[in-house]
Amino acid sequence: MSTLTAQLVPETEAQACAMIAEARAQGRTLAIEGGGTRAGFGRPMQADCVLSTRALTGITLYEPAELVISARAGTPLSFIEETLAQKGQMLPFEPADYRGLYGTAGEPTIGAVAACNISGPRRIQTGAARDSLIGVRLVNGRGEAIKSGGRVMKNVTGLDLVKLCCGAHGTLGLFTEVTFKLLPRPPAEASLALDGLDDAQAIRAMSATLSSPFEVSGVAHLPTGLSGGAPLTLVRLERDEISLAYRLQRLTDLLGPFGAVRRIGPEESRAHWHDIAQVAPLAKSATPAIWRLSLPAHHAARCMAAISASLGARYFYDWAGGLVWLAVMPNGDAGAGAIRHAVVEAGGHATLMRASDNVRARVDVFPPLGAALMKITAGIKTSFDPGGILNPGRMYAGV
Amino acid sequence: MSILFPLPDQDILDRRDDIIAGLGALLPPDCLVTSEDERRAFETDALTAYRYIPLAVALPRTTEEVAAVLAFCHEAGVKVVARGAGTSLSGGAIPQPDAIVLGLSKLNAILDINFPGRTVRVQAGVTNLSITEAVSAEGFFYAPDPSSQLACTIGGNIGMNSGGAHCLKYGVTTNNVLGVRVVQMDGTIIDMGGEALDSPGLDLLGLMVGSEGQLGIVTEAVVRILPMAEDARPVLFGFETSEDAGACVAAIIGAGIIPVAMEFMDKAAIEICEAFAKAGYPLDVGAMLIIEVEGSAAEMDAQLKRIVEIAHRHNVQVVRESKSAMETALIWKGRKSAFGATGRVADYICMDGTVPTGQLSYVLKRTAEICADYGLRVANVFHAGDGNMHPLIMYNVNDPADCRKAEQAGLDLLKLCVDVGGCLTGEHGVGIEKRDLMPHQFTPQDLNQQMRVRAVFDPEWLLNPAKVFPLEGRDAA
Repeated sequence: MSTLTAQLVPETEAQACAMIAEARAQGRTLAIEGGGTRAGFGRPMQADCVLSTRALTGITLYEPAELVISARAGTPLSFIEETLAQKGQMLPFEPADYRGLYGTAGEPTIGAVAACNISGPRRIQTGAARDSLIGVRLVNGRGEAIKSGGRVMKNVTGLDLVKLCCGAHGTLGLFTEVTFKLLPRPPAEASLALDGLDDAQAIRAMSATLSSPFEVSGVAHLPTGLSGGAPLTLVRLERDEISLAYRLQRLTDLLGPFGAVRRIGPEESRAHWHDIAQVAPLAKSATPAIWRLSLPAHHAARCMAAISASLGARYFYDWAGGLVWLAVMPNGDAGAGAIRHAVVEAGGHATLMRASDNVRARVDVFPPLGAALMKITAGIKTSFDPGGILNPGRMYAGV
Repeated sequence: MSILFPLPDQDILDRRDDIIAGLGALLPPDCLVTSEDERRAFETDALTAYRYIPLAVALPRTTEEVAAVLAFCHEAGVKVVARGAGTSLSGGAIPQPDAIVLGLSKLNAILDINFPGRTVRVQAGVTNLSITEAVSAEGFFYAPDPSSQLACTIGGNIGMNSGGAHCLKYGVTTNNVLGVRVVQMDGTIIDMGGEALDSPGLDLLGLMVGSEGQLGIVTEAVVRILPMAEDARPVLFGFETSEDAGACVAAIIGAGIIPVAMEFMDKAAIEICEAFAKAGYPLDVGAMLIIEVEGSAAEMDAQLKRIVEIAHRHNVQVVRESKSAMETALIWKGRKSAFGATGRVADYICMDGTVPTGQLSYVLKRTAEICADYGLRVANVFHAGDGNMHPLIMYNVNDPADCRKAEQAGLDLLKLCVDVGGCLTGEHGVGIEKRDLMPHQFTPQDLNQQMRVRAVFDPEWLLNPAKVFPLEGRDAA
């Protein structure tokens, strides 16, 4: 390692430390890249070099009886999922694949899933990626290898840097190895469907399922036109066969007051939830800007009514209404003003998931923070990366 | 006792009258404790071997009063130790002579219950159990259930990232808190997270939970509540040896079964708890598991059938199902009173570390050997499903040699947890108890990174400064 090239591809953590230390010494900025499938997520960056995890691959620990897996950051997610499936296990949080959303090829990596805290529909029952990520090894911007957490469920001693770095989009360090806790993959799945509910009715129906003891693992609502025709409300159960049959019946009874309940078999259920996880109902068209709203579910219908009143918006609800995917025309501020006003009013926040570099350079991609939180954010960035060389400005300007 | 506290700052001690006068201008008289007799009530927590009478005790009633007290202390350079109910087993709430205690006991209101959103907003001094009590009539509960849940506060739970018997399925505090209101040392009030599932920006909420009063004082929290299962049934499984029980735990999880709780007790713990609770625990076995399943009657039957089959492959001697709500309550009473019941038999220190579940049998064997080497008795009662060990080392508090041996045995056990791939803490935090063992788990670089993050919040080290990080090497960060 004598001079920096346009692509840095460490094969070991020690090499990554040396490369980052050298970049810091030379004042060179680095853009961290896994599979490159989510390159459009975050503010556009101007970095001197790409720092790729593609040579940091392989599962380093898998103990099915302890429900834990560790892998180097560049390991393809698909390889992890295949390995787990062979033992009847899974990543609990159902990591979503955004290749459809961003129109990218390549292979999503496990490190990026951790770095971006990517969770799918099952998050509503089993928590987000940040809840399953129990240990990390990372190289900070000083070129130091740091570990936090471990391989046991109750993992954190001292400050929880695992959670801090999960979802930090590589601005605090380069993950070299990540450890997740796992769950057994339920042997059976099915969904229940209700047709024709308006948003407010759907939110109430979805809330009722989550307030029941039946442990639904997906609750989504697609308004008119997003599933082809009438509004469609979906509730998923993943259980063993005996429990599945029982709970489908109980949920059918519970949802009766909201309308006729259809039962959807495993194959169609899987297809629906795959589409919802990948944002397929909105991502098919490459034109619109796409937002992701995180908000208290019981305010979601009102919030979306307010946004729809001022913008031509198409959207659907996941997480029983706690997550809204929203497509708007990409001109101007891509609706940022109206969307953020309504979502903050509802107690939530909005992230601009897809738009041109031009728009993402003009509009806050991540939710704007108040002065006190911004000061902490900047301080934490400096504590990991004093030279500001790792993914500079990926989340917030100057951080 | 071997854990050192920093030397008190003489300048602060000399300025005590001024400091109390300053606090007196911010709080009404009944919110400020100054007499020595009354301050003595705050001299320690559940790690009673260490006692220091604080400079004064502030008991603010609102977030704004907390902010005023912290801003004053920041200005005056006075250290602050936050205190919930004082049930910390790792000494997290033990004060120091040149610090004030900031107690949360008057911040004890449940502010809002939101059933459609399944959240509750509480002040930080609300007890853990009172959240569940406030929502149970509607069929909900707050999941983390530390044994001290009757007394311990949600603020303390957040500080220590507390767990409990049912965390195997429902997660620990950090998985069940959506937002916190925090007062920073300079008096700034900030919200991290809120009522939405994700928090914006960096996950500061995740950082705050488990930060042991080092980064700020939590005054309010939004917690998730969950619908209660249709029914729950604990079953007692008696084994000839601890090794059989440990192997059975690993086999159950390995078979893809996640019971809602899997609690382990060895022979010593069974005898102590049975004598206290009369729960019907089998006395003729070497170890026992309490495994709880949830759901409808048919679902529980189906899951139990699989668990019993696995238990038989591990030489189970006794299987006893709870047949009534009263029996279920007794079974859990026995488990949850384990610490108190042990205290009737002997003085003890309760250790808390986590190991990979595959190492349980080995760690139990080594625990027995280590304690025997020191000539001490040990009872093991712990959360087996997630490998969270709680060896109770029994000793005589009036015998200084015994005290030293017990403390040393405890440290040996914690190192053992790290050496088999686990960590120093499960759910009690580092506090002072494990502070000096941190270098056994972490490199200097790891610790320096944590301390640099700490310094973002409290560069002067005024917040609970004797805890978590070894006293030496702090400057290097």
